Amino acid sequence: MTFILEYYNYWIVVFLMMAGFYIVISANNLVKKIVGLNIFQTSVFMLYISMGKVGGGTAPIVVEGATQYSNPLPHVLILTAIVVGVATTAVGLSLIVRIKRAYGTVEENEFKNEDDAI
Amino acid sequence: MAEFIDLVLLAMLALTALRVIFLKDLFAVVMLFGIYSFLSALIFVSLDAVDVAFTEASVGAGISTVLMLGTLALTGRTEKENKRSSVLPLLVVCVTGAALIYGTLDMPPFGHPDNPVHEHVAPRYIEESPKEVGLPNMVTSVLASYRGFDTLGETVVVFSAAIGVLALLGVRRREDKNTPESGLKAHLVLRSVAKSVIPLVILFALYVQFHGDFGPGGGFQAGVIAAAAFILYALVFGLPMAFKVIKPKFLQMMAAAGVLLYASVGLFSMAKGGLFLDYNQLADDPIAGQHYGIIIIELGVGITVFAVMLSIFYAFGSQAERVNKP
Repeated sequence: MTFILEYYNYWIVVFLMMAGFYIVISANNLVKKIVGLNIFQTSVFMLYISMGKVGGGTAPIVVEGATQYSNPLPHVLILTAIVVGVATTAVGLSLIVRIKRAYGTVEENEFKNEDDAI
Repeated sequence: MAEFIDLVLLAMLALTALRVIFLKDLFAVVMLFGIYSFLSALIFVSLDAVDVAFTEASVGAGISTVLMLGTLALTGRTEKENKRSSVLPLLVVCVTGAALIYGTLDMPPFGHPDNPVHEHVAPRYIEESPKEVGLPNMVTSVLASYRGFDTLGETVVVFSAAIGVLALLGVRRREDKNTPESGLKAHLVLRSVAKSVIPLVILFALYVQFHGDFGPGGGFQAGVIAAAAFILYALVFGLPMAFKVIKPKFLQMMAAAGVLLYASVGLFSMAKGGLFLDYNQLADDPIAGQHYGIIIIELGVGITVFAVMLSIFYAFGSQAERVNKP
C-alpha cells in the first residue's frame, strides 16, 4: 500500500500526459488539439511540483515554527511556465483563427484534402 | 488526511481528462478544461505550491478559458465525426505510457526529504534567501533575485507572444454606425454586479502585486488578475467602451514599457558598478537594494503581463466583431 501511495502521483501524471498526448495525435479538430496540448502541459507541471514536495513540509514562505519547507525552485520554474504557456496558447489559437479564415474549416483532414487538391 | 485529499483530487483530474477525449461538443470541452485547471490548482495547494496554484487558477481557469471560448466563437462549437481509426494512436499512447510508468519505478519515493532534487541548490535558497534577500517568500526571492535572468527572458517571451498574436489577428475596429452593440449592456443585474466587482478585482490585483514579497503572489499573478477585471468590463459593456478606457495602442506601449523597466534595472545596476541585475548596488544597504530591485522588476513583470493578456483579448474580441457583423 505504501508503495502505491509513494508512486500514485507519478502514475496519475503519466496517465494525464498520455490522455493529452492521445488527444493531440488523434483529434481532428485543431481547438481540441490545443486543449490536449494544455492537458499535457499541466501534467508536466504537476510532475515537477510533485517532485518538489517534501513530506511534512510547508509552503516555502518563512513562518515561525516551520521546520521543513518544500523545494521553492520547481515552483518558480512552473509559475513562469504557466504564464508563458498561456501566451503561446494564444499564438496557437490565433493561428487557428487564421486557418479558419483561409480554409473555412478547422478540421485537419478537410484542409489537408484542400491542400492536396492544389 | 492530506494523502486522501490528494488521492481524490488526482482521480477527479484523471476522470476530467478522460471525459475531454470523448466529448464532441467543444464548448463542453473548454468548460471541462476550466474545471481541470481549477482541480490542478487545488492539487498545487495540497503540494505546498501556493504561488503556482494562484497562477494556475487565474491563468488556466480564467484567461485560457476566455481565449478558447473566443476561438470557438470564430470557428464553430462542434467537432465533426472523425472517420480515422484510433487504433494506432491508442497503441502509441499505451506503449509510451507503459515505458513512462516503468521509468517512474526508478524515481525516488514521493515526498521524501532526502530525494536528490532537494539536495542541490534548494537548501541554499531555503536557508540563505531570507537573510540575503530579506523576503519571507522564497519563491519571490528565487524568481526575482537569484533567477532574475530567467524571469527577464520569460517576460520577453510573453511580450513576443503578444507581437505574434497582434501580427496574426490585429486589433483594428471598423468604425461605422451599423456595427451592432457588443457587450451585455441590456442585462441590469450583470451590469450592476460587474460595476461593483471590477474595482474590488483591481484592488486585489494591486494587493497581490505589492504583497507578493511577503505572501503568495507577485507580478505574474497580479497582471493576469488586473487583465481579468478589464476583460469582464469589455464583456459586459462592449469592446468600444473598453477601447475608450484603455486604447489598444496604449496597451502595446505598456507591454514594451514593462520589459524596458525590468531591463533598465539591470542596466542601472551595471552603471552603478555591479553586474547586470545585481540589486545590491541599488542602495547602500544590500538588503534595501534587493527590496528596491524586486519591487521594480515585479512591477515591470506585472505591467507587461497585464498589457499582453488584455491585448490578446482585444485581438480575439475585435476579430469576432469583424467576422460576426450582420
